[in-house]
Amino acid sequence: MNAIDTEAARWIERGDREDWSAADQTELDAWLAQSPVHAVSYLRLYDAWHRADRLAALRSVNAEAEAAPARSWMLLMRVAAVFCVVAIAGFAAIDYLSVPKDQFFQTPVGGRETIRLSDGSTIELNTNTALRIRASADKRLVMLDRGEAYFQVRHDARRPFVVQAKDGRVVDLGTKFSVRDGADHLEVALVEGSARFVSDTTKAALLTPGDVVVATADSMSVTKRSAQELSDALGWRRGVLVFDHTTLADAAAELNRYNREKIVIADPDVRRRIIGATIPVNGVEAFTRVAQQIFGVHVEKSGGEIIISR
Amino acid sequence: MVERNESGRGLTGIYGAGALMAVSGVNAWFIREVLPLEAALMQFLRRCVRDESDAADLRQDVYVRVYEAALKQIPNPVRPFLFTTARNMVVDRVRREQVVSIEAVADLDELEIALDEPGPERAIAARQELRRLQAALDQLPPRSRQAMMLRKIEGLSRREIASRMGIAEQTVAEYLASGAWVLAEWLHAPPEKKP
Repeated sequence: MNAIDTEAARWIERGDREDWSAADQTELDAWLAQSPVHAVSYLRLYDAWHRADRLAALRSVNAEAEAAPARSWMLLMRVAAVFCVVAIAGFAAIDYLSVPKDQFFQTPVGGRETIRLSDGSTIELNTNTALRIRASADKRLVMLDRGEAYFQVRHDARRPFVVQAKDGRVVDLGTKFSVRDGADHLEVALVEGSARFVSDTTKAALLTPGDVVVATADSMSVTKRSAQELSDALGWRRGVLVFDHTTLADAAAELNRYNREKIVIADPDVRRRIIGATIPVNGVEAFTRVAQQIFGVHVEKSGGEIIISR
Repeated sequence: MVERNESGRGLTGIYGAGALMAVSGVNAWFIREVLPLEAALMQFLRRCVRDESDAADLRQDVYVRVYEAALKQIPNPVRPFLFTTARNMVVDRVRREQVVSIEAVADLDELEIALDEPGPERAIAARQELRRLQAALDQLPPRSRQAMMLRKIEGLSRREIASRMGIAEQTVAEYLASGAWVLAEWLHAPPEKKP
């Protein structure tokens, strides 16, 4: 085993952990880009590691893990048993075994996409969002690396649906909910059904419809919102942003999530002005026009930015 | 827009191991077309060099050259290209140093015939694949094998494996990393039985 294989094997092991992050990914990308020797060594191990996922087929036969390593003949008997099961279960089971486990999805700034999962659940990705789906026999895990997504989950008690983001996770109990990875906090809004929110650092909460959790690295709050407020907050699903008694600064920040051309408001007085409006997510023009007409502000384009001043 | 492959699953680049990847471009091609030829490639390389680790080094050199070539243009068909590359590298090595055995020269000529034959390596039935996986697991030292089984068969987390085995999570990680490597050796090209 040469040094590069050793290193590649460590990467494979690291990449298999649930806490794999975007930063880890960046580091892996850099390592792979360093040399084609790294790439081929990694691919070889990657392929073997994933082929070994088929061993999970042995699991259903004997749910209890063995404390001591099984002898080969015992395993072979399990294999024989598994093939009986597969034969009965038919194509579905075979298909499951051959499906690659992990999938990566992302949207650019201003993008929106809906993913339909084979179990009937759907995930809607908002602007500038990246997530990974890791399905296994006993769990459906979604890792939200960036951005915001809306989940409509088909409940399955034997395969819990878990969304992992930042320092918290949402365990579904038959639900519609949204998860947003903010700059310094995680926001979870439950629209329908029920779900459990578990924070890595603070505590857990059982959510009912209308609950909005805001969690930072060391704190967590739950507030109740009306159905109308939740629907407004999820306006992006219809392609609009709904502002109701919102400051210009907050409205601009929200619009900036969806557009490459960023609105900059430096003046504190202008930032504090309050508006109410429903604007298309790409409605930067509409926004600046409204601001000009209502507040008489000055709008100027400069170097990819839209500067609003008095 | 989500990037999608034919089956409608979005996939980009190489990703972390548990977190997918590589089902795109040259990486996917390498896994799909080149790795299944490893058993045949190693059979050839082992006849050229005495030492198993020399054969593994040569294999890596061959892979790198094939991978680099594929980045420019994917060689089609891949089998003759892979073996021609392997032969050239063996010849280079013969010229450079005296580690290559005499039989290698004869093998190089026989190889010409072998190039056109479709390999039996493809299309391994699921059943055979499971047996092969188990054979690979059996090559692991007991503790490493136990860690791999708890991870791959039972689907336990690092933490759960650590507590089940009464060892540190870091040790579990080491067992799994070495497990990954041994699996790769056995799945791609199990060493030939010694006479």
